[in-house]
Amino acid sequence: MEGLHNFLKILTQPDNVPIIIMMVSVLGYGWLGVKQARRNDREGIFEATQSDKVQTWPYLVKVEFLMTIGIMIMLTVWSITINAPLEEPANPTLTPNPSKAPWYFLGLQEMLVYFDPWIAGVMLPTFILIGLIVVPYIDINPKGNGYYTLKERPFSIAVFSIGFLILWVALIVLGTFMRGPGWYFFWPWEFWDTHRVVALTNVDFFEKFGIASKNVDGSFNLLQVLLGGVMVISFLVGIPMFIWEKYKEKKPVLREMGVIRYAITAALFMMMVGLPIKMLLRLALNIKYVWVFGVGHDLFFNI
Amino acid sequence: MKLPFIPPKPPPLDRIRKDVTQNEVWKSIFRHSYQDNQRNRALQIVDNVFLHLHPVRVTRHATNYAFTWGMGGTTFLLFIVLTITGVILMFYYRPTEAFAYNDMKALMNDVSFGPFLRNMHRWSAHLMVITVMLHMFRVFLTGSYKPPRQFNWGIGVILLLLTFLLSFTGYLLPWDQLAIWAVTVGTNMARSVPLQGSEGPFSNYLGLRPDNDIRFILLGGTQVGEPTLLRFYVGHCIFLPFIAATLMAVHFWRVRKDGGISGPVVDTKASAGAKFIAEKMSIARLGQIAGKTTTNGNGKAAPAKAPVKSLADAVQAASPNPATEATIAAKSAPAAGTNASTGAAPVTAPAGTAGKPLPPWLKKT
Repeated sequence: MEGLHNFLKILTQPDNVPIIIMMVSVLGYGWLGVKQARRNDREGIFEATQSDKVQTWPYLVKVEFLMTIGIMIMLTVWSITINAPLEEPANPTLTPNPSKAPWYFLGLQEMLVYFDPWIAGVMLPTFILIGLIVVPYIDINPKGNGYYTLKERPFSIAVFSIGFLILWVALIVLGTFMRGPGWYFFWPWEFWDTHRVVALTNVDFFEKFGIASKNVDGSFNLLQVLLGGVMVISFLVGIPMFIWEKYKEKKPVLREMGVIRYAITAALFMMMVGLPIKMLLRLALNIKYVWVFGVGHDLFFNI
Repeated sequence: MKLPFIPPKPPPLDRIRKDVTQNEVWKSIFRHSYQDNQRNRALQIVDNVFLHLHPVRVTRHATNYAFTWGMGGTTFLLFIVLTITGVILMFYYRPTEAFAYNDMKALMNDVSFGPFLRNMHRWSAHLMVITVMLHMFRVFLTGSYKPPRQFNWGIGVILLLLTFLLSFTGYLLPWDQLAIWAVTVGTNMARSVPLQGSEGPFSNYLGLRPDNDIRFILLGGTQVGEPTLLRFYVGHCIFLPFIAATLMAVHFWRVRKDGGISGPVVDTKASAGAKFIAEKMSIARLGQIAGKTTTNGNGKAAPAKAPVKSLADAVQAASPNPATEATIAAKSAPAAGTNASTGAAPVTAPAGTAGKPLPPWLKKT
């Protein structure tokens, strides 16, 4: 009961209201899009029958005007009823627990659990941005341009939806509502105990098979470096290369893409699916890293 | 005794209207009358500096809320709300350690409508992050980033990043515990930037320390302090909004230049009539091919010469419609894709349309 009470308190914090709005609106609008896509796939492209011209005044301006009124009413009511938070004055000597980034970055903060900061906090966000920008150049499917459809571009819609709904929105929700003190995982019915002690049972992947990550003197175990490297590189590079070699003759789409587009797409895609795989390994099997390796003093591949 | 009902004399509305509008001052401001006709509707858009962001006419589906979700426009509206409330907030706020938090307290307790102003600024900011994400989701679902809009999608991604950065820099300004620790967590990432952060890869070789790396540049110190507050304040109020506004201008301009709000790419003069005829013709043509093909000398199938019976047949005989040809090509060989770079991918009838009854909206036309 105490836990649920605690959860309700977090749920109704002023700064968490936007997250509720995000969840509801993403699901609602997503449903609206899927509904139209299914209709288009079933009965023909509805928008194509709507491509005659109408006058902007009043037909479009009317919609914008109503939308403006609606949003302004919503903002006014929201601003009157809920006050923006203002906590104690800034105190650099007193760290709150948990310390959280602004809510829209909590998906990125969640990734810090699974990888080193230079990978999770710098490289992956950079790849997300680059990946988004190159989307139009690697998606060469000419269909589905300007209307809702699922059938004509199932792969691209599935990839983007998984990335957006699960790896972005769901991780924000997880980071906000289920990450408590010490960034430990708490179920909604659990109380956020600041003094929770969690045994560190995470082990590296090959330690499960009796291969230590490091030698007694602290240097890297060469066998583990080799096996881990083979595993990670074959995941990121080997699988895409295998698919290319096996299917480039059979699948015309691969030929049309060309090797450069395919390489970029595959690299981004494997990194994207790598994240949930690593999360699953950590959360379900307590695996810390798959590959523990470092060069010099400051370049570490803890993946 | 009943008094007779004397109706009140109507005010001389026509005279008042004439007095108000038939003079030099009024006419200098409003260039056209408000009589509802096509010309005035067009002038309403063209003569207004704010509305002329729009074209005079738009496709019908662009006015359909279910299609656009209205998220781009809402984001722009929120940006305007944020600019107005933000500028007013600047009157009550000084970005120094001594004043920042006290000014916030004063704003929340002493200033008339202070809490309302601040709440509206904060909630608009949060809402803007959501609407930007939804706008991106919609644009992806409708495939609107495809040719010719590839570049504008990229601009949009940068604008998404700028929205995050604007929100993030604003997060620090209240100078309370929530603010500095959220920003501390966020900016700690800068330590790990390869080649630039003091804890990132190659930092030792480059001699990067906490007091000379990229985080130091960002914060103006080794931890979040007064210089950080000033940097984030200037970034939040001037630098980032300026870049965002500039890119928004490019974004909107490109929307116009790339053909307005995205819609199905039809390679005829996009109109419902043309589309309808194309569909009808493709169905007729398919029936023709299936039923009455003969083989010519080269062994290729050629359509039989059928007597001209209908308008569709006549149109087809006169000019083979590219849409029809492409539709048939797509049906017979699904893999044959059109050249993506031309962006003129024809809208094909959904598989299996031929022979089936037309959907209700096609029948109505």
